[in-house]
Amino acid sequence: MNSLRVVPKSFLLPGISLLILILLAASPLYIPPYTVILLTSIFMFVIITVSWAIFSGPTGYISLASAAFFGVGIYIAALLGKELPLLVVVGIGGLASFVLALLVGALTLRLRGIYFAIFTFGLAELIRHFLLFWETNITGTRGRIVVLVDYEIVYYIMLGIFVATMLTAYFIRRSKLGLALQGIGENEEAAAHSGVDVTTVKVITFAISAIFMGAAGAIMATKWTYIDPYVAFNPLFSFMPVLMAIFGGIGQIYGPVIGAVIFTYLEEVLTTRFPYYYMLIFGIVLIAAILYLPNGLVGVIPKLWRRRSGGQRANT
Amino acid sequence: MIKTILDVGIAGLLMGGIYAIIAVGFSLQYGVARVLNVAHGEFIMVGAFITWMMYTVFGINPFVSLAIAGPIAFIIGFLLHRTLFNRLRTSSPSSAAYEGSSLLASFGLLYVIQNVAILIWGAGGKGYSYLTTSVNIWGAVFPTNRVVTALIAIGIGLVFYLFLARTRLGKAIRAAAQDPMTAGLMGVNINLVLALCFGLGALMAGFGGSLISVMYSLQPAMGFQYTIIAIIVVVLGGLGSIPGSFIGGFILGLVGSIVAYWQPALSLVAYYVLFMLLLLVRPAGIMGK
Repeated sequence: MNSLRVVPKSFLLPGISLLILILLAASPLYIPPYTVILLTSIFMFVIITVSWAIFSGPTGYISLASAAFFGVGIYIAALLGKELPLLVVVGIGGLASFVLALLVGALTLRLRGIYFAIFTFGLAELIRHFLLFWETNITGTRGRIVVLVDYEIVYYIMLGIFVATMLTAYFIRRSKLGLALQGIGENEEAAAHSGVDVTTVKVITFAISAIFMGAAGAIMATKWTYIDPYVAFNPLFSFMPVLMAIFGGIGQIYGPVIGAVIFTYLEEVLTTRFPYYYMLIFGIVLIAAILYLPNGLVGVIPKLWRRRSGGQRANT
Repeated sequence: MIKTILDVGIAGLLMGGIYAIIAVGFSLQYGVARVLNVAHGEFIMVGAFITWMMYTVFGINPFVSLAIAGPIAFIIGFLLHRTLFNRLRTSSPSSAAYEGSSLLASFGLLYVIQNVAILIWGAGGKGYSYLTTSVNIWGAVFPTNRVVTALIAIGIGLVFYLFLARTRLGKAIRAAAQDPMTAGLMGVNINLVLALCFGLGALMAGFGGSLISVMYSLQPAMGFQYTIIAIIVVVLGGLGSIPGSFIGGFILGLVGSIVAYWQPALSLVAYYVLFMLLLLVRPAGIMGK
């Protein structure tokens, strides 16, 4: 990259981000409630996807535990929503997921490759079935009611979590931690030999990424109002972030964002227009994305750019 | 007391036979073709529905339908590998990247197959009863259909094991499992062998589905629970080990039956606990290296 281009870019990026943020923050004033609620769902998936990519993007460990962290947040909201103020509930949701991720990470990050993916997947399923057993056999009730909150408040809290997630993702990428993660992804043993405390780095990052999922779950629960283990620990919440991130492209920070926005919007359109074919179309899109966009949408843009501007940029 | 032990033990072994052939198929797909096929259960579902349709529409004996459901599943699997997975494999930069992308592709497949099944057969539950008389095994009483399906499952497993161990094609498959590159250099048509393995995995799933349809009711969403069972059994026995999958199937069947005797609602939870403990203590599984 050319050093001359970096200077204006360093002003451009925060400027554009701030502008988008102001537009988003003011959006309930000028767009209809339906769109605000849709935006809330989009933020939710962006949060889950970006926080998934914080850990799994650079390291290459495919985590399928997102549903577990998200679901823990949802259950925290259901359990504490009546007694505590909303922001505290969201905070506790994040904290609970953090602790869970810390425990799971410490236990499992010795597992490599596919074993890690299988284990994390099992975790979410274990919690789901245990809760289901607990609710049907011990408490005798299935599902819980969550206190309803005004959609604008939900939107603003979701926006706040979204900003926190993006900033964290950005600064982790820029920090020594980000380099260490990159190193682990490229060659874990070499990273360990060059002085990276591999286990600590992995566990801490994994736990940090879980905070946002838990917080997002806690606030999203207030929108759904009724939850049960099937809703809260739906395995779709483990697979969707992976797909969205890969569809958008993991290499860049905005890749997962683009993927999550497009997929969530697509889901909204498909569920309303073709309710019977929605999951079928979803599956086909997914397979096509993996087949034809291995580096995600973000990977396509530089390729197109290179083709348009000819050979002069070919060696960048 | 002894009667209870026999009751629980034999029930576990009967279930274990089905688990074993499901898991053998899954193991073959992961161990050789390197696809962690999350849609494995959907092939089981397809097999079960074909058998149900054959029985209710044409009155064909479910055990004869094995010879129809299995090959159909095989053809679907074989073609899928030829078109989808092989393309992914050749375009992936590393084998780890291929494992990741094929896992996701099979997740997409899960939705496609399941929803096509819903379009064809509807989302509701289906079922039929066949061989519902009972058999007495040393004082423990079981429905005949369970005993017959378990015996057939064990028979299929044995034949398949002999196929892998004794035939030339079986040798090629084992070679491809150990080192696909070298196997290719030794004259094994690797693309064909991998597609065959994926197809054979689907064949096992189809057989499993046929047998399951004799005992349980079916619905298009039934597949996923069997995928989970296959994953657990395969990890239990060691990823990629065929005898391991067999032993794992019987162990899981026994565990399930013991827990179900004590607290039926907890059997899935028990599977997961067993599975996660095993991953922590011995991720390579019982027969793994």
